[in-house]
Amino acid sequence: MATLSEHPAAGIGSEGTREPMPIALDGVSHNYGDRLALDNLSFAVQPAEIFGLLGPNGSGKTTLFRILSTLMVPTGGSARIQGFDVAREPNRARQQTGIVFQARSLDLKLTVLENLKHQGHLYGLRGENLKRRSDEVLRRVGLSDRAKDFVETLSGGMQRRVELAKGLIHSPAVLLLDEPSTGLDPGARRDMWQYLRTLRDQEGVSILVTTHLMEEAEHCDRLAILNQGKLVALGSPAQLKSAIGGDVVLFETASPEAARSLVERMGDRFGVQPSVLGNTVRLELPEGHRLVTAVVEAFPGEIDGISVARPTLEDVFIQRTGHRFWADAREKE
Amino acid sequence: MATLAATAPRGVRTESPGIWLPAYSLWLREIVRFYRQKARVAGVIVSPLIFWVVLGAGFAHSFNAGSGTSGHYLGYFFPGSVAMIVLFTAIFSMMSLIQDRNEGFLLSVLAAPVSRSSIVLGKVLGGATLAAVQGIIFLVFGPLVGVHFTPAAIGMSILAIVMISFELTALGFAIAWPMDSTQAFHAIVNLLLIPLWLLSGALFPLSGAAGWMRFCMMLNPLTYGVEALRGSLYPDAPTEFSLPVNLAVTAVFCLLTFVAAWAIVNRRTNRPSA
Repeated sequence: MATLSEHPAAGIGSEGTREPMPIALDGVSHNYGDRLALDNLSFAVQPAEIFGLLGPNGSGKTTLFRILSTLMVPTGGSARIQGFDVAREPNRARQQTGIVFQARSLDLKLTVLENLKHQGHLYGLRGENLKRRSDEVLRRVGLSDRAKDFVETLSGGMQRRVELAKGLIHSPAVLLLDEPSTGLDPGARRDMWQYLRTLRDQEGVSILVTTHLMEEAEHCDRLAILNQGKLVALGSPAQLKSAIGGDVVLFETASPEAARSLVERMGDRFGVQPSVLGNTVRLELPEGHRLVTAVVEAFPGEIDGISVARPTLEDVFIQRTGHRFWADAREKE
Repeated sequence: MATLAATAPRGVRTESPGIWLPAYSLWLREIVRFYRQKARVAGVIVSPLIFWVVLGAGFAHSFNAGSGTSGHYLGYFFPGSVAMIVLFTAIFSMMSLIQDRNEGFLLSVLAAPVSRSSIVLGKVLGGATLAAVQGIIFLVFGPLVGVHFTPAAIGMSILAIVMISFELTALGFAIAWPMDSTQAFHAIVNLLLIPLWLLSGALFPLSGAAGWMRFCMMLNPLTYGVEALRGSLYPDAPTEFSLPVNLAVTAVFCLLTFVAAWAIVNRRTNRPSA
């Protein structure tokens, strides 16, 4: 996988005067005791892009998020935000970063405006400046009329919007969001993504989003896919999917044994190299539908179901790791 | 990439919020939260009042401590009751630290460019302010038990209350910081903080205690706070140490507990910090 490493320094020093990358990871590793949670990650988030960190539970997303939000020091390598090392200059890095945690971080006993004022104070905003910023971010998330309400009286979706406003109060250059659509209904999710795109386009904010949902990841400009702490894929969703040859064809069989035997005979007969995933035989090839009839006729009664589809991000994941997106997490838990 | 750079984010902002603004904000939040939860206010005022009246009145007949001018157990018990209010308020406000951690609020504070010192300062001063205000309010009952409020007595008792509040809150902070459950904190409260109060001369004087207990009481930092308060309220009452000694020991303990709280917060680790 070494070929996947982008050189993170590319944007930083090469021409001297270049703006530093919003986020640059250089060989970041982290272990909890014996368990390696992050394994030598190197990549960079470009200015004004929405960058997705996709991976199943236990893939290291949360660990990386903690490191980037300066709550934890990595045990190896370095991570920089706007050129500031998160371990060595945490306060500089923090000043550049807005963070929306997965869990609620608002004080329920305070009003929306009081929460924002408090957050502003933590970032050195005060007085007229703070008031103006509070009004601005509240207008942006469409909650100007709820400023004086106690947070505990707001719905879950509105509370998330206040979290977002809170993360943006100090006009950060980089915004980190941990599983931002948790607990949001589809309408609220759509609004949130729309809002993130506006931020990117109008204010040039660089946004890093962690997610375990494929359909969320599709919204990102570029993606890093993590599996067991390793970077397994990096690129735009379209690039990653087009790297898979043509269509993905799945043949359902009765049992894993049947699937394995079918794979051998299909290989002999059609010169293809399918893989086995549980009961399923999986094949990537251009114009996959042409093969379907031939296979069904060649092995009558052995195939219970067939699907032919354009590659999805899950296919990217399967291709790079050899197993399904969720299989690994389930085994571990 | 080159075209993206044109829309790159605004200039790098690096000004620090300093120590006082975040500390002020955290302090204010403690105060606002406290007075919005009426039950907390009531609990902290009423329960020591009940304690004082019931326990004091009950003991008054069977136990007669030489408590200065009043010569009355309620009078003797009065400084101890104030210390108890302060202790309760300090404990409750530091429990909020654990709640802040569990509710995620603390996470966003820790991820802000705020020095750890200003977090300790804000939280501890917030809790100490609440504790001190409650304790000072309780002083209005003083004249009922023979306290003669001269300006000096008022000034000195307020000073003593403020210092007791600060040391107990800072101690509570140091204990609560590494904890993630309020149950565990309760266990420590029962194990450590309540005995600290029981053996502080709040209930019975040092002079009457048995050898080993007397020794424990001498080691107990809160003893000096309660003594200082007693000495301020009843200048003629017999105390084990002089008022300046009591105040000085209490001041030293304020400093020690604050340093302990500060040191605990400043540990940087490779483990999740919240």
